[in-house]
Amino acid sequence: MEILFASAVGILTAAGIYLILRKRTFPVILGLSLLTYGVNLFLFATGRLMVNAPPVLNKYAEVPYTDPLPQALVLTAIVISFGMTAVVVMIALGAYLSAKDDQIDMIENTERAGDDA
Amino acid sequence: MNHLLIAPVVLPAIVAPFTIMVLRHHLSLQRIFSLASTLVLLAITIVLAVQAADGTVQVYELGNWPAPFGIVLVLDRLSALMLLLTSGLALAVVLYAIGSGWDARGHHFHALMQFQLMGILGAFLTGDAFNLFVFFEVLLIASYGLMIHGGGTKRLQAGVQYVVYNLLGSSLFLLALGTIYSVTGTLNMADLAVRVAELSPDDTALLRVGAIMLLLVFAIKAAVLPLHFWLPASYANAPLPVAALFAIMTKVGAYGILRVYTLVFGPDVAATAGLVGDWLLPAAMLTLAVGAIGVLGSREIGRLVAFGAIASMGTLLIAVALFTPQSIAAALYYTVHSTLAAGLLFLVADLVMERRGGAIIAQRPMAQAGLIAALFFAGAIAMAGMPPLSGFVGKLLVMDAARDNDLVWWIWAVILAGSLITIIGLARAGSEIFWKSHDASHIREAEPERPVDDSQPPPEEPAPNAPMLPFIACFGLLAGLVLLTVFAGPMMDYTNATAAQLFDPNLYIDAVLRRAEP
Repeated sequence: MEILFASAVGILTAAGIYLILRKRTFPVILGLSLLTYGVNLFLFATGRLMVNAPPVLNKYAEVPYTDPLPQALVLTAIVISFGMTAVVVMIALGAYLSAKDDQIDMIENTERAGDDA
Repeated sequence: MNHLLIAPVVLPAIVAPFTIMVLRHHLSLQRIFSLASTLVLLAITIVLAVQAADGTVQVYELGNWPAPFGIVLVLDRLSALMLLLTSGLALAVVLYAIGSGWDARGHHFHALMQFQLMGILGAFLTGDAFNLFVFFEVLLIASYGLMIHGGGTKRLQAGVQYVVYNLLGSSLFLLALGTIYSVTGTLNMADLAVRVAELSPDDTALLRVGAIMLLLVFAIKAAVLPLHFWLPASYANAPLPVAALFAIMTKVGAYGILRVYTLVFGPDVAATAGLVGDWLLPAAMLTLAVGAIGVLGSREIGRLVAFGAIASMGTLLIAVALFTPQSIAAALYYTVHSTLAAGLLFLVADLVMERRGGAIIAQRPMAQAGLIAALFFAGAIAMAGMPPLSGFVGKLLVMDAARDNDLVWWIWAVILAGSLITIIGLARAGSEIFWKSHDASHIREAEPERPVDDSQPPPEEPAPNAPMLPFIACFGLLAGLVLLTVFAGPMMDYTNATAAQLFDPNLYIDAVLRRAEP
């Protein structure tokens, strides 16, 4: 299970970083999303991986439990990354509609705008 | 518990939604509430600074949950100083934005401003690493809105870059926190300090990775080379009054480095000893060099000031990276100075931009050129570190603190050469913008309908409605710089005491974890 989980985190992160290095806004945003998924899974795993263990202490019986704190952290991180993705999509849309171009590289854009003018 | 401690977070958190929901169509009411809120914040932070000045560490337990289970806000001298600096700068920026009409060029300027203040003030107050992340996100998401305030193609494109870069930084922050949590099992900074110190030396590989990743996150925020790429384009394309407020955001990164690497991964901790200084010092020197060269090479006044801000971060972080009590005290003094100086120069740059555009070339004279030139001159003196303003004192303190370091000649050379290059760059910009504009032979865009007389500069007509408020804001920041110079002695007493407090983390840890005094 650890190997499966670790490779999932690794592949998500690698794919995310590859996409972030692209030149257009849309793949970059996709890459950011993949990266945040990878990060969320990683955060979840920092409380160690347990199967069939609730995140609550049971004071009447010796049953296994899992660390609840990373789950709370992951919830926070998911909410924040969701909101941030929405923000970046809106700003990128605004930039695309006003520049008629979704290159993320600004310098090239200004040169091209200069050529057009 | 002293409930005043949470007021800097709660007050803007109430005013901002109120502004959006109730006052969205009433700009004048928004202005009144925003200004009132900022004034009250300033009063609160002054009270907090007075309370913290005697060296006690105050702790506010949210929901009355004791640390390390609940989130705590902690007020010590360092936090109090940063809070006061933030609210002072914010007051100047709000005044400027109201006076210049920037807040009317888009929606929700004042609400975003209050959210931004909430994030910054919270980040300075919190004693919990994950809570620090959350406040970072609050201040970032507000800054995304402020950054694209007013719209425009270039600003939106710069905004996309800024947001993407910071989202990457946030992901890295989470990775760092996850790594540290997996080793120590806590994220409360005081508790972290205890656990890290107890860790056996052969179990620290993961912890070192976490510590370095955390350093990278703060370095992104502080715009340390080679992670500074976001800053020039973002600050130069943001509304410049907003950029003036952003002058405190790079300091949030410096604050993070100071806090975490004195408290948690302190100089005495075997696991991470020497890790930070070794990396940070060369990076800070490079930052200073690149910032100074950027000042010299800028063709646009917004970028000029942005690179000046990078250079001052370089000086600041050199002092931080030395990690001696003396150098930290110097760094704190320089933090206050460089925030005020960068804020002042950004506001002056906006005054110039509004009247004649930002290009550093000679054009026909603008309204109130004399006053603006004087302000630019004062700001340039401060930023370059020339006497008589506080930049000189600050750089002197930093260089004096570097005296015992092995690399002292390198550090002195970089600081002095950087200052010289900055002076040249600022002098070139100032003479192009303010002096050559009065000399017809240099004007490249002379207007045909009004020939410019060589001997007599054309009468300067005041702008249609030149409001006084922007100048009041600028002179307020300038007065701050002058006060910082005049009262350099008392200020140094305070920063020395702050540095002493930072190098005695047991006080902080005892206060947060409610350990009995030994």
